[in-house]
Amino acid sequence: MIQYAGIALFVFGIYGLFVNRNVIKIIVSINVMEIGLNIFIISIGYVTGSSLAPIVSSTEDLGLVYVDPLPQALVLTAIVIGVGTTAIALVVAKMIHSQYHTFDLDEIEESV
Amino acid sequence: MTFVEILLLVISVILLVIAFMAVTAEKLIHAVLYLSALSMLSVVAFVLLKAPDVAITEAVIGSGIITALFVFTLLSVERKKGKTE
Amino acid sequence: MKKLVGFVVSLALALVIILTLNESALFPAFGEVDLAERISSQYFNLAQFEAVGSANIVTAILAGYRGLDTLGEVTVLFISSIGVAFIMAEQTRKRIELDYKANFMLRTGSRLIVSLILVTSFYIILHGHLSPGGGFPGGTMIASAILLLYLADEEFRSNIRGFKILESLAGTFIVVTGLLGLIFASAFLENFLPSGTIGELVSGGIIPIIYILIGLKVGSEISGIIDHFLSEEETV
Repeated sequence: MIQYAGIALFVFGIYGLFVNRNVIKIIVSINVMEIGLNIFIISIGYVTGSSLAPIVSSTEDLGLVYVDPLPQALVLTAIVIGVGTTAIALVVAKMIHSQYHTFDLDEIEESV
Repeated sequence: MTFVEILLLVISVILLVIAFMAVTAEKLIHAVLYLSALSMLSVVAFVLLKAPDVAITEAVIGSGIITALFVFTLLSVERKKGKTE
Repeated sequence: MKKLVGFVVSLALALVIILTLNESALFPAFGEVDLAERISSQYFNLAQFEAVGSANIVTAILAGYRGLDTLGEVTVLFISSIGVAFIMAEQTRKRIELDYKANFMLRTGSRLIVSLILVTSFYIILHGHLSPGGGFPGGTMIASAILLLYLADEEFRSNIRGFKILESLAGTFIVVTGLLGLIFASAFLENFLPSGTIGELVSGGIIPIIYILIGLKVGSEISGIIDHFLSEEETV
């Protein structure tokens, strides 16, 4: 069920990219897409039953069942890169406002 | 269904509702607040999926840095609007 | 009209994704994963595990087995920090004046809470190979402590030049550590210090060193980004 929720969050983000005309709401939609995708990638590695989080106490515990640690490492990288992308997008939005005095893309297209 | 599966089902439904409201909100500040709530709920989902590293990182970044950057952008824009009037 | 087109396209995309992944042989159902046929089963191998030597397997993947990807991520953050500083050009800068004055509770409480946040962040950075955490959440916690200082005081401006020097030095030392791995061991970013016993604080070879450098670098980068968002040019 959580996998369907991850895909649905991604699709809501794409719908938001289609519908919105305000630059800030486009950036919010991109962030919604990223959250949905991170949830989906982590749900790939889940093992039902009595599995443990991937932290090992000593070398005798290597025979137990752990969840998959590789998607978690990938998602950790993806979250931090999302911060960098959002920061640059917001700076560009600020510069757009300081030149055209509006955030709306339709008004900017008319005034150019 | 086990307890973890029931919790995941409830959290999935709430996630979808909040995401829809974040994408189709009228005012900008409401969309930013719904995005912050969505990020915090996803931290609960990460803990239930047994990923503690990712949960800590998303908690600090989603509710601290990203929300602060959005709010600072909106505040500085309103100040310029108020100054030129 | 635009809403209808957007709705139809999104629904079609969702159906395509779900129907492709539903009964596919390559994509197992939720939770029924056999770890023996995935690449992660090699990470639980005892001989390789003692060669890297950290108790947190996600840390071992990020800084040990796939250290080059972490170097790429550090580069992406560096590029975004350069971009923010370059678009908002550096002239004589002062703080933005907002219609917002911090009340008494925030001003007094923040002095205690900032020290707590800094201690927690250093703990999470140092124990990255023993418990969940590591360099990336610890670095952003340092940045959130600086954010609290910015919010609580109107006149506060952190030392941006010091942060930029710290960030450049930390990035340089990460590459130097990788080159030392190339000289002493056989590959770039290879573990050349002894691994020690798993579970001790001093163990894991070069993994704590790399995480400390990454934590300092991420913290100073995001603090610089926050300072750029709260400044503007001085209009004489």
